[in-house]
Amino acid sequence: MKTSVLTKAIIPERTWSRLTDIVIFGAAIALFYGVVTVARTWLGPITPHAEISRSPSALPSYAAFSLLRIVVAYILSLCFTLVYGYVAAYNKKAERIMIPLLDILQSIPVLSFLPGVMLAMVALFPSRQLGMELGSILLIFTGQVWNMAFSFYSSIKSIPRELHEAARIYRLSWWQRFIQLELPYAAIGLVWNSMMSVAGGWFFLMACEMFVLGDRDFRLPGLGSYLQTAASAGDTGAIVWGLAAMIGIIVFVDQLVWRPVIAWADKFKFEQVESASAPHSLVLDALRRSSAIAFVSRRALDPMSERLALFFVPRGERSAKTRHRSALISWMLRGLGVVVLGVVAYAIVLAGMLLAGLTQPEIFAIVLGAGATFLRVNVALLIGAAWAIPAGVAIGFNPKLARVAQPLAQIAASVPATALFPIVLLVLIRAGGGLGVASVALMLLGTQWYILFNVIAGAMAIPTDLKEAANIYRFGSIDRWRLLILPGIFPYLITGLVTAAGGAWNASIVAEYFHFKAQTLSTVGLGATISQATDTGNFDQLLAATIVMAAMVVTVNRLLWRRLYRLAETRFKLEA
Amino acid sequence: MPSVEAIVEAEKVEKFYEQPDGRRIEVIAPIDLAIEPNKIIALLGPSGCGKSTLLRILTGLARPSAGEVLWHGNPLDGEQPNVAIVFQSFALFPWLTVIQNVEAPLKAKGIEPDERHNRAMQILDTVGLDGFETAYPKELSGGMKQRVGFARAMVVEPEVLFMDEPFSALDVLTAENLRGELMELWVNKKMPTRSIFIVTHNIDEAILLADRVIVLGRDPARIRADFEVDMVHPRDRKSLRYVELVDYVYKVLTQPKSDLPPPHDIKGVPGPSKYPRLPHARPGGIAGLLEILIDRNGKDDLYQLADELTMEVDDLLPIVEAAELLEFAIVREGDVEITQEGREFAEADILTRKMIFRKAALEHVPLLKQIDTALRRKSDGALPDDFFEDVLDEHFSMDEARRQLDTVILWGRYGEIFDYDADAGRLVLTEMESERDSAGA
Repeated sequence: MKTSVLTKAIIPERTWSRLTDIVIFGAAIALFYGVVTVARTWLGPITPHAEISRSPSALPSYAAFSLLRIVVAYILSLCFTLVYGYVAAYNKKAERIMIPLLDILQSIPVLSFLPGVMLAMVALFPSRQLGMELGSILLIFTGQVWNMAFSFYSSIKSIPRELHEAARIYRLSWWQRFIQLELPYAAIGLVWNSMMSVAGGWFFLMACEMFVLGDRDFRLPGLGSYLQTAASAGDTGAIVWGLAAMIGIIVFVDQLVWRPVIAWADKFKFEQVESASAPHSLVLDALRRSSAIAFVSRRALDPMSERLALFFVPRGERSAKTRHRSALISWMLRGLGVVVLGVVAYAIVLAGMLLAGLTQPEIFAIVLGAGATFLRVNVALLIGAAWAIPAGVAIGFNPKLARVAQPLAQIAASVPATALFPIVLLVLIRAGGGLGVASVALMLLGTQWYILFNVIAGAMAIPTDLKEAANIYRFGSIDRWRLLILPGIFPYLITGLVTAAGGAWNASIVAEYFHFKAQTLSTVGLGATISQATDTGNFDQLLAATIVMAAMVVTVNRLLWRRLYRLAETRFKLEA
Repeated sequence: MPSVEAIVEAEKVEKFYEQPDGRRIEVIAPIDLAIEPNKIIALLGPSGCGKSTLLRILTGLARPSAGEVLWHGNPLDGEQPNVAIVFQSFALFPWLTVIQNVEAPLKAKGIEPDERHNRAMQILDTVGLDGFETAYPKELSGGMKQRVGFARAMVVEPEVLFMDEPFSALDVLTAENLRGELMELWVNKKMPTRSIFIVTHNIDEAILLADRVIVLGRDPARIRADFEVDMVHPRDRKSLRYVELVDYVYKVLTQPKSDLPPPHDIKGVPGPSKYPRLPHARPGGIAGLLEILIDRNGKDDLYQLADELTMEVDDLLPIVEAAELLEFAIVREGDVEITQEGREFAEADILTRKMIFRKAALEHVPLLKQIDTALRRKSDGALPDDFFEDVLDEHFSMDEARRQLDTVILWGRYGEIFDYDADAGRLVLTEMESERDSAGA
């Protein structure tokens, strides 16, 4: 009896782990083939004006190219994040410059980076496809990196003092501290921000793969350019095919990468007591059972991490030589600082000269556009809040509904709004709304989810005893909202609104200006100004509009959101 | 107390914070201190007195503002001595298993995996954690977590093992159990360390464990007493000598004003503060203490009181100090005795209590009096809290200034002297506010 029960339990497990191994080997071979193909294309001669096919059969390779761009951009973002966040967290002088700078960079829309990045990269590799590819990747990078860097920085800053002291007193090397303290502590924030960043990458893919820069027309084979080509041709069939491919990839990446990573990162939760529910992932379970992974980890990864740890162990006492060297390094850094300062000053002078060339109508257009976009962003936020707050509270208060609605909403949210633009546009223009109204709808499409998800989380976090108190004392529905629900979800709502506002500003550049059926649709707005300036190579206007947008976003953040945040953290914090 | 064979010597170590106007806020007055081998030394003092800062200076984690720490006669200058710390909050890495936590310091030394594992397992065995090596800290109880903390500290075989309130985060029984096990290891020479330096605010803990007890006073931290505990382990809490020593420490701690060390002449150090530090006690707590005293015929021994209330001296002392400040009670020879005013206060109904409190507070608490006067001079009877915080900043560290203000607000609200609008951050005279309310209505 006993043995049969045992074998029953073991056999399927074995087969499963075999299967996983086969899948893993297959994936490794496919990866190798992909690397070779990509290398051949990228190192090949430049084709700036690639003809984008609208046939569905081109989709697999286009999708692969787009995915690769996003992955490479993400890896770059991660490297940048680790270095930038680390330096900003530990160097007080650098921190004072780096953190406000991050705030400003975050508020600059992707397209404003386009001319600089693209021209520089093409100039660097004038005869190879690599230049254009790198340019596109860097553009995606500028849309992904800032929130990750900020998350990593603030994680490091919030490491409890005693953990730092333990690391120092036990003389953990720089590397060991990084691997065993800083990276794990920051892991969860980094994972969630990575997910958001990659979603942002999909959002701006269309803008990053195909664009006109003055008299130069850049087209890279990819899903974004496929969708854009389909949209400008008004080819509904191709749009649907492209959308399906994109949603497919997003769901695939979500299941195969993010779910397992979230489940894995749960062990980095900084908690002293085990929480009741932990995220699970079937893929992660399978990987953990796989003997191939176990073999690689035992034979290669473990020894490698040992070697690395040993390599960074400081040998002997700090000698005069190393002290001399560190003095030298600090002098070099100072020199570097002077050079950077000089470059920045020069750039400011150049920018000033460029801005001096602005004509009065151009300035007027920027001011008018700023007002229009500001209005649109806020209308989008209001509409989003108006439906997402009641819906989110309803879902959050009802566990049964939450189990059904949450995954659905997550899939809906992962569909990049830009991909839906053509369809929304078709509907709205046919209904006679025009782009002025349509662009609000487009902003809404991209940003309402942030509000919804945060409100759900907030409603779920309201303690049961408070809800019971509201029931016992028979609060009317107005009092319920005023005294229980709104204060309870307040901190979450603010987080959602801030993210949504940032997203809406950024979305304005793709929402207010659109190539559609061989014509250009645009409406009055700052985003339209930026897109148009990029298209026509009007750099002074691009610069001025970017500065205005960044200034507006940063000002609103400082004046409104940051204060509300502080209020949320002090008055409306529900402490356990 | 310089001695030839001391492992660590602190020479005139002090810590102060420089204010923008050149004034200094002294946290630790110049202190001489030595850690000799084969001893458990306890550093005892009320919380917030700077004992943890002193520990960090001795280990090299923090630098003194002046003075020097010597290890074996060599200055502690950037070099790190072989030490370990057991932290109050355990400071374990929650994402590492028990054994990975214990191995971490060995890994930092570049020790090979096999040896690392063996040594860690051996230590885990010593502290009674075998079988738990693959558990994560969050799966363990508080006592087990601190055992991991001990194991991690012992595995590096530190010359001096520092402990920063190692039992404070544990419940009473667990703490007692761990103390017992620690002493057993120490007495049987199973601790791979030459000396133990323990920081605590628990008098009983200090007398129970230490061979030498150093009592710190505060504002600024300075040595109030330094004595050897001439008793063998395990110590009997009921023995005459034990009770005598505990009583002695109580007396030292409850008479902060007597026996001051000679004043030192550093320029810029403010003289006796215009604002004596307010003990952080709630009016309700003061009333509670007085009621208990009435039940005990108006007088009781502090140590006994704390013991029977199962309170730490640290929690009880501020309440006693506050009662003394308001002249509701007096402390004499380790006894606390209720006064006539105290009796009236404790026996009154809630409204009369507030009136008595208001009178006593305005009379004996200069800060309250000053706030009252300042608010009265304003036509609207209101001032921002920043104003008072700035004034306090000159006399206390930033954190302490805020805590002082919080306490004074608590007292002012209770005595209905002024109210505090937390949203606007303003102190408002209570009379004014009620006037405005009635005018509005």
